[in-house]
Amino acid sequence: MMRRFFLIAIPYAWLLALFLVPFAIVLKISLSDYAVSIPPYVPQFDWAEGIGTFIAQLDFENFIWLTEDDLYWKAYLSSLKIALISTFLTLLAGYPIAYGMARAPDEWRPTLMMLVILPFWTSFLIRVYAWMGILSNEGFLNQFLLWTGVISEPLTILNTNSAVYIGVIYTYLPFMILPIYSALERLDGSLIEAAEDLGCSRLSAFWLVTVPLSKNGIIAGSFLVFIPVLGEFVIPSLLGGSDTLMIGKVLWEEFFSNRDWPVASAVAVVLLLLLIIPIVLFQRNQQKQQEAEQ
Amino acid sequence: MTASVFEPWNDPEAKPLIHFQNVTKRFGEFTAIDNLTIDIYEREFYALLGPSGCGKTTLMRMLAGFETPTEGKIFLAGQDIAPVPPNKRAVNMMFQSYALFPHLSIWENIAFGLKREGMAKADIQQRVEEMLRLTRLEKFARRKPHQISGGQRQRVALARSLAKAPKLLLLDEPLGALDKKLRQDTQFELMDIQEKTGTTFVIVTHDQEEAMTVASRVAVMDHGKIIQVATPDRIYETPNSVYVADFIGDVNLIEGTARPTGSDTYAMSWHEGLPPLKVQSPNSLSDGQKCHLAIRPEKVAINAEKPADADNAVQGRILDIAYLGNISTYHVELPTGAVIKAQTANTRRIARRAFTWEDTVWLSWTATAGVLLAE
Ligand SMILES: Nc1ncnc2c1ncn2[C@@H]1O[C@H](COP(=O)(O)OP(=O)(O)OP(=O)(O)O)[C@@H](O)[C@H]1O
Ligand SMILES: [Mg+2]
Repeated sequence: MMRRFFLIAIPYAWLLALFLVPFAIVLKISLSDYAVSIPPYVPQFDWAEGIGTFIAQLDFENFIWLTEDDLYWKAYLSSLKIALISTFLTLLAGYPIAYGMARAPDEWRPTLMMLVILPFWTSFLIRVYAWMGILSNEGFLNQFLLWTGVISEPLTILNTNSAVYIGVIYTYLPFMILPIYSALERLDGSLIEAAEDLGCSRLSAFWLVTVPLSKNGIIAGSFLVFIPVLGEFVIPSLLGGSDTLMIGKVLWEEFFSNRDWPVASAVAVVLLLLLIIPIVLFQRNQQKQQEAEQ
Repeated sequence: MTASVFEPWNDPEAKPLIHFQNVTKRFGEFTAIDNLTIDIYEREFYALLGPSGCGKTTLMRMLAGFETPTEGKIFLAGQDIAPVPPNKRAVNMMFQSYALFPHLSIWENIAFGLKREGMAKADIQQRVEEMLRLTRLEKFARRKPHQISGGQRQRVALARSLAKAPKLLLLDEPLGALDKKLRQDTQFELMDIQEKTGTTFVIVTHDQEEAMTVASRVAVMDHGKIIQVATPDRIYETPNSVYVADFIGDVNLIEGTARPTGSDTYAMSWHEGLPPLKVQSPNSLSDGQKCHLAIRPEKVAINAEKPADADNAVQGRILDIAYLGNISTYHVELPTGAVIKAQTANTRRIARRAFTWEDTVWLSWTATAGVLLAE
């Protein structure tokens, strides 16, 4: 009994310390008012005044402000759009890779897996910087295309939404590949044979058997990409242009340029609430998958 | 006109539906099918029998189109099927592993092949219902494969392969997981389907009784080779080798040397001091050739006294009695140390059995009861 209690207590303590407490702090700041002080908001909790007066000073002003300035909801919508499109593009790129890996000879699979994970060995930031070098007007890509004669003028890719998509797909591809690969690897090859035996062409066997049976992997991978991309900040600020509107970037600017911590916190709280929906859906999917395996 | 017997393999005019021509299949170094040549005729119920790993499934997979022969050719209705992909072959296979689609209900699994054909909705409905009834799965139509028992899954696999009513049906151990009663019923259903539709069946089974019941011919395989192909009764009565005799049913094997005494009669000397055994056997043997007499236990009679008119009689002592309900098998030890099995029908109650342990008895059989098999 004691043992079980401790086993369960550890993850909960972890969750409390690393998620709930910081979240409570952010929530508290979002309900405070901007002030020229350090830290830049009031009220500060004061033991002398007691908790009652402290709570009375909190209000929803910042959240109301978010609805009044259309920058915020435009940024949310734009993030949503970018996250959806890039999830879809990552799926398009990731599925064939996962499929190829699952069909590869057994002895190749560890190597292929390694190649997918390899980028994680260097800093994410450095890798995104590297893309700046590739995509800029004098970058490798343009030089290569000019050299082959496909184009005569350098393409402007860096600092546009295209660069953001490229960066996002590149960064999040492994998160898409791995769950799909694990679903496809488990797929019993005789099911495809059975489908063909019953009159399916290769292609229709793929649509009728392979895709439905990797559905859980597709869903898991899509959430693993969609959720972090929605709040992504590094990629749009390094690769995106001035017209790339993403909520992560807005958040960063509120926080560090405007030093308006309360509004920035309110943005963060809303973002988190928006993310709860896909996270819950993701959990459901994982649970269903586990049940199906039993 | 007499009712014509179904024996296309004896008709030199008959064209086989399937013809394997010196087919060899290798997996790397390993030879799974070894230079195999067989003919299977239309409307046949062709049973493949053999130990695990002898290549039965591989043979079927080549017919269905999932493996290509390393050497040799396979003809279906006179056409080389090498270039025809599995989905274009008028062949359906029931997989040994069932290969049911886990994301589809039982109903949808059975309808899968019919939908690919573009059959009308109402016809599909009707056909699936029919298959469900046949395999007694009506109650489970809406369930997913993981929600039914192993035997039920096997029946779904069977129903799914039967649904399209193909020209050629390959059944890889179709009834192994069913209880005896259901298995027998399904065997008769299969035979009935075959009567009605004229489908050609190739069936893998580990159950000899099943092969005997349903098959028009039985092929006994070993190590990728066909050892013998014959009708069930001929496989049983006149096996062509010790391997087949031993593999099919229970058999007594007595070692000795043959001496021809007529065109197809032999005297087999088997032990010094004992008279040679008289055998009439179709397999020709030379004088002094080492051989085995193969004789089925039910063809050996057991008596208290020496029978006067028997071709062969030997004395022995009862070592063991196996009571199997309808029959009893007596294990009789001969003075030579060999143990011979004799079977009798239990027409009386067990308490009134004529013999018991340690009794001295006479075993006897006729000259035509066994066959001589070369080493
Ligand atoms: N894809 C493959 N790669 C390598 N070896 C194989 C392959 N498929 C089958 N074999 C080998 O070929 C031999 C014949 O296999 P097969 O599945 O035809 O046996 P089987 O007669 O159906 O046996 P069982 O009665 O156990 O089903 C086996 O020894 C098996 O290990
Ligand atoms: Mg097999």
